Amino acid sequence: MDATGIGLWGVPLAILGGAIRVSTPFIFVSLGEAITERSGRINLGLEGTLVFGAMTAYAVAVMTGSPWLGLLAAAAAGLCFGLFHGWICKFPKVNDIAIGIALMLFGSGLAFFFGKPFIKPKAPNLPAIPFGAWSDIPQVQAALDVNVLFLIGAALSLVLWWAFRNTRAGLIVRVVGDSSDAARAMGFNPKTVRLVATGVGGALAGIGGAYLSLYYPGSWTERISSGQGLMAVALVIFARWNPLGCFAAALLFGGAGALGPALQSVGVTQGYYLFYAAPYILTLIIMIATSSPTRSLAGAPGELSITK
Amino acid sequence: MSGITGKKAVGVETIGMTMRFGAFTALDDVSIKVPAGSFHALLGENGAGKSTLVKCMMGFYHPTAGDMLVDGREVAIASPRDASALGLGMVYQHFTLVPSLTGAENLVISREKVPGVIDWRKERSELAVFMDRMPFKLPLDVKVAELAAGEKQKLEIIKQLYLGRSFLVLDEPTSVLTPGEAQEVLGLVRAMTKTGDLTVLMISHKFHEVTAFADDVSVLRKGRLTGTGGVVDLDRKAMAAMMIGDQPIATLDSRAEPKPDAEIVLKVKSLKAPDRTGLKSIRIEDLGVRSGEIVGIAGISGNGQKEFLEVLAGQRPRDAGDIMVRGAAYAATRAEARALNVRLIPEEPLKNACAPKMTVAENISFRTFDIDSNGKPVNWISASAIKAFSARLVEQFKVKTASLASPIASLSGGNVQRAVLARELTGEVDLLIVSNPCFGLDFSAVAEIRARIMKARNAGAAVLLMSEDLDELLELSDRIFVMSDGALVYETPIAQASVQTIGEHMAGHH
Repeated sequence: MDATGIGLWGVPLAILGGAIRVSTPFIFVSLGEAITERSGRINLGLEGTLVFGAMTAYAVAVMTGSPWLGLLAAAAAGLCFGLFHGWICKFPKVNDIAIGIALMLFGSGLAFFFGKPFIKPKAPNLPAIPFGAWSDIPQVQAALDVNVLFLIGAALSLVLWWAFRNTRAGLIVRVVGDSSDAARAMGFNPKTVRLVATGVGGALAGIGGAYLSLYYPGSWTERISSGQGLMAVALVIFARWNPLGCFAAALLFGGAGALGPALQSVGVTQGYYLFYAAPYILTLIIMIATSSPTRSLAGAPGELSITK
Repeated sequence: MSGITGKKAVGVETIGMTMRFGAFTALDDVSIKVPAGSFHALLGENGAGKSTLVKCMMGFYHPTAGDMLVDGREVAIASPRDASALGLGMVYQHFTLVPSLTGAENLVISREKVPGVIDWRKERSELAVFMDRMPFKLPLDVKVAELAAGEKQKLEIIKQLYLGRSFLVLDEPTSVLTPGEAQEVLGLVRAMTKTGDLTVLMISHKFHEVTAFADDVSVLRKGRLTGTGGVVDLDRKAMAAMMIGDQPIATLDSRAEPKPDAEIVLKVKSLKAPDRTGLKSIRIEDLGVRSGEIVGIAGISGNGQKEFLEVLAGQRPRDAGDIMVRGAAYAATRAEARALNVRLIPEEPLKNACAPKMTVAENISFRTFDIDSNGKPVNWISASAIKAFSARLVEQFKVKTASLASPIASLSGGNVQRAVLARELTGEVDLLIVSNPCFGLDFSAVAEIRARIMKARNAGAAVLLMSEDLDELLELSDRIFVMSDGALVYETPIAQASVQTIGEHMAGHH
């Protein structure tokens, strides 16, 4: 069989490969957001954190030559953004959603400002593991070239799912997210717990950004994120605040995002660009399908400002 | 080792407890003694200082003066943590359990020391051993949100015992329970005090609970201890006198004879509407309320009463069915409510019937501000007319407010309710829909509000009264329905009503 002529089989294969490639930032951002929202707060600023993380990772990787240092720097930058959001929200009568939008614009703007000199140079990429080496079909090889961050993300979602039930920290986050009064009665400080949860959420979003600039698409441009940080927030609601659900939903979104390029690669020349909008349409459909005027969302943390 | 908790009950005593907030004295030289293994009731109206006293005892407040003795020894309690170290615990009126966690998760996470990683197998077997010693059984593996109110209350008590507390403050523990559940929970607690495992201080409004379960009673009024003694030596009248002093209490009008052939004002037929979760629905097959009668609807909170009220108030869409007022279809628009003289007093009036930040005068005028004295719509709103109208009503309904221009949110609960009553009961009333009108109000406000409702009934209004307080329904209603699981499951005229039967239907045992 001709290696390049696998025909229509290329579409599901490209979607699978795309799902793995495109979903990774979704996984990290949505896991981060899941931790933050489980503690009873929404951080819409993760879009800005994602972009800033991408810029930081790329810049540090260019300057030091190490993608791993870039990744660490992105996580640290994300942590700072998260803590900043959490710190502002500790003050009374501050709306977490408004602060999130402000930080989203702030993060993107800051990234563009510092990122200008790094548009040209080439940074080293994060390594991938060629799970497709057994095959001599290039499409299979390309699809199964899995970045280590995807595997870490998959493991992390399992760990978080376990930790929410089986660790002290996990239970505390759930207590705080469901009832501030109960948390205070037990001697926990909801503000501190939310500060930490927002910080951790920011760090994970920063890692998601690093993946964008250091692996796929693999360069720093100002249009690198195209709203993935915002879609991850929708995804957390879709996943009902469950880390395993976040992972599955991220794969679904990733697959939808890969639909356009996959159709283009098999030679569909007309209308394929419509499918580039698939993730956004999917977001809309999910939001409509899961909302209702008469009932509240099942599984939503009780302290979340959108569900109160 | 004694009995089930492994810890012997402790006795607690306060001496000259005084608490001042600025110039205001919330608690004035209060000394009460609760001996080990006794059941002590604390009576008093809202604002009498009951919760201030308890908060001083539990370390939430630092009293201005006064001492605490635990088992006869003087102790310093600077924080709730100190109190729990001494074995003092409190069960709050509002549940402090986390709804989305299971019972077991709630118990484990509330412990002082929780390991970083929880070994559920070990915890579960330890919990099973602990529960074996408890006088009642509870499912610990379901989410607290899925438990009934009575089960939650039991879990709150179990939590305190699990944490090793042997002196419990119960803050109005039965306010959310059915009569049957209340009997059961208090009976169990009573039994534990009898065996010497527990000492209880119960804050209550309900005389019958105090006389049935407590050994001793202390009464507070305006921050002072006005009486204390054994329950056997005091009757209701004496306790009420200690509670409210010599202020006059509104008495109910005698019930005008109901006319069986009076016009049916409210008619609900085959009504169907989704409930809050959207998973179940409420169904009202057939309900009629005649002019000059009060129809009470009993039920445990969360069985669809709230949704039914929301449908009647036009806040919730209905899937099917008819609501007729005086034979005309009623969809709760402002025009219809005005034409048919329908008035509404929802529960939590500050939240559901007021704009909290608007003034008392504006809130009182919500029904009338846009019409003139002839009932014609006006284009320009007259501030002076609003002021004159509300001044008259404030006077008439004895609303205590600093000024007509104060935001209504600054009023006490009883006065907010008086203001809402003033608005809703002024003018002609053909249909009055009321929900939990006296929840959380003090003795004199309750008496007055019930008297107003009875007066409206005697004047010919059809009244639909939904209440979680069975005593209130028995006092006011002509007929009582029980609502359970979204449907009216039982009807009885007041003459044949029995608390026992109603309670069983409320609990869904039929």
